[in-house]
Amino acid sequence: MLSLDSSRKTLGLCVSGCRSLSSLAELPEMHQMMRQTCRDYADRELGPIAGKLDKEHLFPAQQVRELGAMGVMAVEVPEALGGAGMDYLAYSLAVEEISRGCGSTGCVVSVNNSLYIGPILKFGTQKQKEQWITPFTTGEKVGCFALSEPGNGSDAGAASTLARQEGEEWVLNGTKAWITNSWDASATVIFATTDKSLKHKGISAFLVPMPHPGLSLGKKEDKLGIRATSTANLILEDCRIPLGNMLGSRGSGFKIAMQTLDSGRIGIASQALGIAQAALDCAADYAHKRTAFGAPIGKLQAVQFKLADMAVAVESARLLTWKAAMLKDAKKPFTKEAAMAKLAASEAATFCGHQSIQVLGGMGYVTDMPAERHYRDARITEIYEGTSEIQRLVIAGQLLKEYAS
Amino acid sequence: MSRVLVGVKRVIDYAVKIRVKPDQSGVVTDGVKHSMNPFCEIAVEEAVKLKEKKFIKEVVAVSCGPSQVTETIRTALAMGCDRGIHVEVSGKDYEAMGPLQISKIFAALAKKEEASLVILGKQAIDDDCNQTGQMTAALLDWPQGTFASEVTIDGETVKVVREIDGGLETIKISMPAVLTADLRLNTPRYATLPNIMKAKKKKIANMKPADLGVDMVSRVEVLRVDEPPTRLAGVKVETVDDLVAKLKANGTI
Repeated sequence: MLSLDSSRKTLGLCVSGCRSLSSLAELPEMHQMMRQTCRDYADRELGPIAGKLDKEHLFPAQQVRELGAMGVMAVEVPEALGGAGMDYLAYSLAVEEISRGCGSTGCVVSVNNSLYIGPILKFGTQKQKEQWITPFTTGEKVGCFALSEPGNGSDAGAASTLARQEGEEWVLNGTKAWITNSWDASATVIFATTDKSLKHKGISAFLVPMPHPGLSLGKKEDKLGIRATSTANLILEDCRIPLGNMLGSRGSGFKIAMQTLDSGRIGIASQALGIAQAALDCAADYAHKRTAFGAPIGKLQAVQFKLADMAVAVESARLLTWKAAMLKDAKKPFTKEAAMAKLAASEAATFCGHQSIQVLGGMGYVTDMPAERHYRDARITEIYEGTSEIQRLVIAGQLLKEYAS
Repeated sequence: MSRVLVGVKRVIDYAVKIRVKPDQSGVVTDGVKHSMNPFCEIAVEEAVKLKEKKFIKEVVAVSCGPSQVTETIRTALAMGCDRGIHVEVSGKDYEAMGPLQISKIFAALAKKEEASLVILGKQAIDDDCNQTGQMTAALLDWPQGTFASEVTIDGETVKVVREIDGGLETIKISMPAVLTADLRLNTPRYATLPNIMKAKKKKIANMKPADLGVDMVSRVEVLRVDEPPTRLAGVKVETVDDLVAKLKANGTI
């Protein structure tokens, strides 16, 4: 455990020398305390109900309120606006620990923090922050982020949702698809084209309260995993909002979306880490207890190799995630590292989910053990907030820029 | 009525599987997860609640031990205590430290800080002594409300509902007093992130037992520590007659 002096030094290292190994190897005291409180909450309040939330597709409203009271729904938001006033590394730790208890709840936390509050904090006016962030820090209300459409996911520049100005209002028309938190949200950050001729430079961001006349929700999708979250289409039919509801400047929507997703990637990486760790915990525990051929199966090399591979996958993804978070906190470029973190963590989650079932054998396939839920929850992390393929493009793009003569 | 002293002990986490050291001198503590004694958490929660209800002005968290106990004090600060006191005890003194030494330290601090209440957990989950609260009250010649499941302050007196073998006993004691927390007194809060941030700025004072005039010499020597005997498998019987026959056969009845 670090004394106060060394934790101050470590924080200094975090800010100025982000590539320092010692700051990655041991977290500052405050971060350790924060991680512990989230882990305690996840173990005691989420772990016991995660199976039920998944089976019955229940949104964890009470838990979200309790997490709000702890400051977890608005980790990076300054205290003056009602948040916890901590840094992105703290946020990453919080999401990982919460996701370890329940992958769905971790997703709700991540979407509210990174995708909804994130862009408003960065691009909103003071008035917008007070109106659209503060009520969403307590866990009473959650927000969502509407970029994808039925016609474009990875191809975000081709947004066909339109916004036209009519007097003192914007009028929005179109459909957004795959919107997480949709049925439980009280507001959305939504992207629509204001100038079609400018292509992706003609997209703008808007804030829309939910429910609202002209905005309706499609059916709740029946998903493979993260079933306690609601995912549905947002349908806009002459949805009217005041001019003051534009977020950022006209035409900056694509830039806002891309920067938001950069940070959001660290959140999803953290969610994937939590799920991967939970899968590893399940497999390692089982390896101690299950006997075969006269000994616990943890004695068999085949099982040992799997556990070792899982542990390496999780730990390396975790260090990538922490590094990306620390770079962001130091206001240094972090696009490449965030993409690497999300890619590594999501692939670690699917790998660990798969191997965890394998270690458990038949027990892994039934719902009595959580292994099958981790397997299902992990899968989405390779898809949303940028597919693994998109992450590879982002990483390659950044990398080639570094090598350009 | 201004100040409450709360004792917090750093113990091996309740979920950890305890292992005895090979030399049987004690249990393995190196590299093992430690946390605040669960009954101490309940004590902290009660003190913070009293402060929120404005019965008291200040809550001071105290812990005795090596530098690692500052973690535990800081957790108490994150739960809402105002400041901390770390009484440094290390090495052989720490290994031999028991309720007698701790209660002498708390008694000295209670007088020094002019505390109206000393609130402790009823016992620690490592040694299960259940003595510190009682000894502290005796050294101070203060009334004690132990095994508290409900505490109500009324002017200069405290009504304490105690959990006893026969049920619940309600007593009224005058302040200053010592209280020890039992399981059902309250449900401790999770440290919130803003409070963890605030805890960073709260002060933890350092002192040694000698500063309080306390000698740490132990009157108890641990001879040996053994694992509990391995539990043997039970035997299932089909009927009550079988059960009676078996109990007679092995001499139990």
